[in-house]
Amino acid sequence: MTFLEVKDVSKHFGGLVAVDKVSLEINEGEIVSIIGPNGAGKTTLFNMLTGVYALTEGEIIFEGKPIHNLVPQEIVKAGLARTFQNIRLFADMRVIENVLVGMHTNTEYNFFDLLFRTKRFRNQEIEKHQVAIAILDSIGLKEKMHNYATNLPYGDQRRLEIARAISTNAKILLLDEPAAGMNPQESEDLLCFIKSLRDKGYTIILIEHDMNVVMNISDRIYVIDHGKKIAEGLPVDIASNKRVIEAYLGRSEQSCSQ
Amino acid sequence: MEKISLQFDRIKEKMNFIKPNKKRDFLLLATLILALPYIINSQYLLRIVIMIGVYSILALSLGLVTGYAGQVSLGHAAFYAIGAYFSAVLSVNFGISFFITAPIAAIAAAICGLLLGLPTLRLSGTYLAITTLGFCEVVRMVLLNWEKVTNGPLGINRIPRPSLLGFDLTLANNGMYYLMVFFLVFTTVVMLAIVRSKIGRAMMAIREDELAATMMGIKTTTYKVIAFVVSAFFSGLAGAFYAHMIRFIDPNTFTFDTSIMILSIVILGGMGTIKGMFLGAAILVSFPEVLRFLQEYRFVVYGMVLVLMMRFRPQGILGGQKKTAYKLPKGVIVDINSNNSSIEVREAMNTVEEVI
Repeated sequence: MTFLEVKDVSKHFGGLVAVDKVSLEINEGEIVSIIGPNGAGKTTLFNMLTGVYALTEGEIIFEGKPIHNLVPQEIVKAGLARTFQNIRLFADMRVIENVLVGMHTNTEYNFFDLLFRTKRFRNQEIEKHQVAIAILDSIGLKEKMHNYATNLPYGDQRRLEIARAISTNAKILLLDEPAAGMNPQESEDLLCFIKSLRDKGYTIILIEHDMNVVMNISDRIYVIDHGKKIAEGLPVDIASNKRVIEAYLGRSEQSCSQ
Repeated sequence: MEKISLQFDRIKEKMNFIKPNKKRDFLLLATLILALPYIINSQYLLRIVIMIGVYSILALSLGLVTGYAGQVSLGHAAFYAIGAYFSAVLSVNFGISFFITAPIAAIAAAICGLLLGLPTLRLSGTYLAITTLGFCEVVRMVLLNWEKVTNGPLGINRIPRPSLLGFDLTLANNGMYYLMVFFLVFTTVVMLAIVRSKIGRAMMAIREDELAATMMGIKTTTYKVIAFVVSAFFSGLAGAFYAHMIRFIDPNTFTFDTSIMILSIVILGGMGTIKGMFLGAAILVSFPEVLRFLQEYRFVVYGMVLVLMMRFRPQGILGGQKKTAYKLPKGVIVDINSNNSSIEVREAMNTVEEVI
């Protein structure tokens, strides 16, 4: 059984067809990249996967259950967490608080517990803080946990977003251009980190423009252009696929003669 | 311009330097608060201090909605009014003791908060502000026109004093002061408990970025409603207390100006802080009294102070990023990899690693 199956999903904004009958199949423990020119509909696809947008048609099945009718909060609980293309951290909160917010849904105490500071409350708070520190440690941000998120350097902010997504107990991480704006060294580190996440058992869906990252890291690649899936396959196949090259570089007659 | 703000931070740091001992400071503060009526020994001043307390409660409750959850409400005087009228009507008409009517009044305000919050908290920003403003006006109009119950523009007078075991609490015997302290401590404790928990963190996350908060699995509308209901509860409590202290209420006490006053305190004190609410209330409530010698000009100065404040320190007096480290709960081990950590800790960490 496929871990996450996206069947013929479409999204129309009025007359505009942003995503047109795209199907994806993602197996457990894979790194799958979705690439395509700007405006191809990649982020729209992410927004559909995470419940931000309702589907116009099609269905999304995760672990055998349809999730396309769920609200975003339930999808997170089911095990899909994401990062954003333009970083959306909780800027005026501490680094560790950002991660703790990610653990919100599995922090188990109620209003009564917190008012009276019961044992359950204290134990849960200690446990979650401990897990948060461990997550930050694994991502190399432990020393900066007291900082405010907005004061972190760019690369750290990207990593903190991933840490926050991990903390939701996700099985699938949807990373929207995690290497955007990073220098080669930073994106190299990120590459290693994403691989280590896969080795820990996470399934990763990646939107990325940095071809170096995409070709190095992906088990499989899907290519989207103008809302349609134009190619899928192994990185080597994609790199030599004619339609993909056309989508990225344009056709030869267009680019030269004038 | 930046310099002034920096100067401010420096003063704040120095203030922190003076008080390294938490326990001692707490005891000093508690003693000061309890002995205050005997120190100032003046009914006029005591009344101002009590009003600072009342506005602190109001600011704490609005602070949860605006400072922590980031939802602007321009109608908090409505909950204040509902609390005051509920308690006043019940005790005047039915002779019920203040200590029963006050909780009822607070719950009534909370229910109104729920009824208002459920439909409107899906809105945000300016739309929410306008809706709450409208609600405040609706409540005032009801109070003005429902003469059978509220006595209309004449207001309700001779509201009985709170009495505890046959002993009347008044301004003169300091009873009202200690009652205010009790309510204020109660409010503060509850607010601190909420803020320093997952609910508080969820509210702050909503303030910072609502979409990102949703993507973390936070039910944003639920938490906004919780903030609103808790806030309405304590505003109602403050209203009940006010009614029984002044012993006369009319709709003019609870106008838009009052809402703005509460919001000004929250902004001046510093959004997203608890201490700032006390400071803001102390400054804004005592200001008109301190500046009495300026007569009619005092409100000009009052306005100018607010304008200058917004120019030079928009995050409020105590707001903005704190320089101190994040306070971890007791029992959390930061040095998870060090060799001297005990076996139990390492075991705990192994389970933690399995989780992630």
